[in-house]
Amino acid sequence: MPLKTRYELNLGMATREAFGRALVELGRENPNIMAVDADLSKSTFTHLFAKEFPERFVSCGIAEANMVGVAAGLASHGKIPFAASFSCFLLNKAFEQLRVTVAYPGLNVKIVGTHSGISIGEDGPSQMSVEEISLACSLPGFVVLAPADEVATRALVRAAAEHVGPVFIRTGRPRVPVIYSPDQRFEIGKAIELVEGSDVTIMANGLMVAEAIRAAEALDAEGISVRVLDLHTVKPLDREAIRKAAEETGAIVVAEEHLVDSGTGVRVAQAVAEMHPCVMEFVGIQNTYAESGPPEALLEKYGLTAPHIAAAARKALARKRGR
Amino acid sequence: MTSEFDPARLAAIARDLRVLILRMIANAGSGHPGGSLSAVDIITYLYFRHLRIDPERPHWEDRDRFVLSKGHCAPALYAALARRGYFPEAWLWTLRDVGSPLQGHPDMRKTPGVDMTTGSLGQGFACAVGIALGARLQGKTYRVYAMLSDAELQEGVTWEAALAAAHHRLDNLIAVIDNNRCQTDGFTADIVAVEPIDEKWSAFGWDVQRIDGHDFVQIHAAFQRALQPRGRPHVIIADTVKGKGVRSMENRPEWHAQPFTPEQAEVFIGELFEGGSS
Repeated sequence: MPLKTRYELNLGMATREAFGRALVELGRENPNIMAVDADLSKSTFTHLFAKEFPERFVSCGIAEANMVGVAAGLASHGKIPFAASFSCFLLNKAFEQLRVTVAYPGLNVKIVGTHSGISIGEDGPSQMSVEEISLACSLPGFVVLAPADEVATRALVRAAAEHVGPVFIRTGRPRVPVIYSPDQRFEIGKAIELVEGSDVTIMANGLMVAEAIRAAEALDAEGISVRVLDLHTVKPLDREAIRKAAEETGAIVVAEEHLVDSGTGVRVAQAVAEMHPCVMEFVGIQNTYAESGPPEALLEKYGLTAPHIAAAARKALARKRGR
Repeated sequence: MTSEFDPARLAAIARDLRVLILRMIANAGSGHPGGSLSAVDIITYLYFRHLRIDPERPHWEDRDRFVLSKGHCAPALYAALARRGYFPEAWLWTLRDVGSPLQGHPDMRKTPGVDMTTGSLGQGFACAVGIALGARLQGKTYRVYAMLSDAELQEGVTWEAALAAAHHRLDNLIAVIDNNRCQTDGFTADIVAVEPIDEKWSAFGWDVQRIDGHDFVQIHAAFQRALQPRGRPHVIIADTVKGKGVRSMENRPEWHAQPFTPEQAEVFIGELFEGGSS
């Protein structure tokens, strides 16, 4: 039962860099695009935008709450501000501003979190964002995106700019494998089926998508037919793709680089419970903060690699079959 | 410590700590050298001359507290703690690795001698205000020291904490601002200016001193003065040089968090105070 599609998974650029480059492209096309940053422009790659459009770049200093307020003010008269910082600072320090001055009035602000998850690595838990999907999804009206590679990021940054309303985009620090061909189409709210399969579905986003593909390949060698869905949009969820996965495969694994009890998985579970209850397993960070270390070592230690996903898929399949 | 004030001895210790900082960050492959080197003279003074502490009893309840609110400069603190005997120097070579007690930013649960977990700018200082308030409520006489960076003054919570400390007349609280005038993206004056720092703190009701943060005589005088109760919290604005001691790093914002190899570290160590600088 060979996989229909083979993935090379060659290392590409970090999704944060893809964001910075995409923002420059958008800036050339639309004079209303702006960037605001909180003293991390080289890390968030908004420095590329600042270099080409200095008059449309606002450096707010180390002051994330103020930055989001400034972005909301800019959006209130027709600008399309992209506010970028590490996810941990942006979502946690500016959450009140995101709630009252962005989400509540529904202003057209784009929030880009970089260095998300534990894959920021050596800087350690104070800089690791493991709860921002939960926080962003709790804001009514927000679109929440978690692209898997540079192609997805470029397309979804563009989609975010075209969407009228608040958007959160989750990007990461490390370079990640390229999954998509450059002409792949992306639509907010529309999951992408990367691998066809019928025994179990693995849903993932961010850097976990590549791990999900690797898990599917390993399971395929064992004769298990795995469907892989890229849930690049966490909000609004692709309920139709989720319903089909529940009905057709009867077992779902959700894999995410996020606290397991408050992220994509629980949102999928809610949709599954509403539409077509089936066996589910969850791969994510288990009720803990991580620690400093090389990203690869941390992903392994905290259970976020392909073997962990494959084990969860086998477990889900066994439960489905009543064993 | 109650030893005689000996600036030459302190300068020698600070030089040793600089060597440890450079080797530690090189070995870890990442970290924040510039701000660690600007802060290390004051940290040396505090840990080797001033603080009432006992490395044998890191949780001694009457000890002075030190909160490194600019938590990214943990290597300077770790070097001092190791040299003071809080933990073996071998731990320094595990910095930022999986399983290490030395996290990228200070962790009060993992590292003996760390009084508060920090790493998100502004937050540590607010905690220091709470510690100082708690000390007074419990009738304790220890003092609370907090080290902030100049760019940390851009965070709103810094000023919320400053207002609260002055309102509660916390003269057991001593803030030190490591004013190295650089931040990640460039010079602080070009990102969002924070000067005149002294006038701002005076207006907020603090007892303000301004010193050269690399001159042990001035450092000593300022901290001695800050021990005198004045009914107001104390702030020492220490004018410093980012990357101080390594000539090719000095006053260059790009050394905020730029990595370097162990071989480069040895070159930097060779540069330490070449040309007779303090």
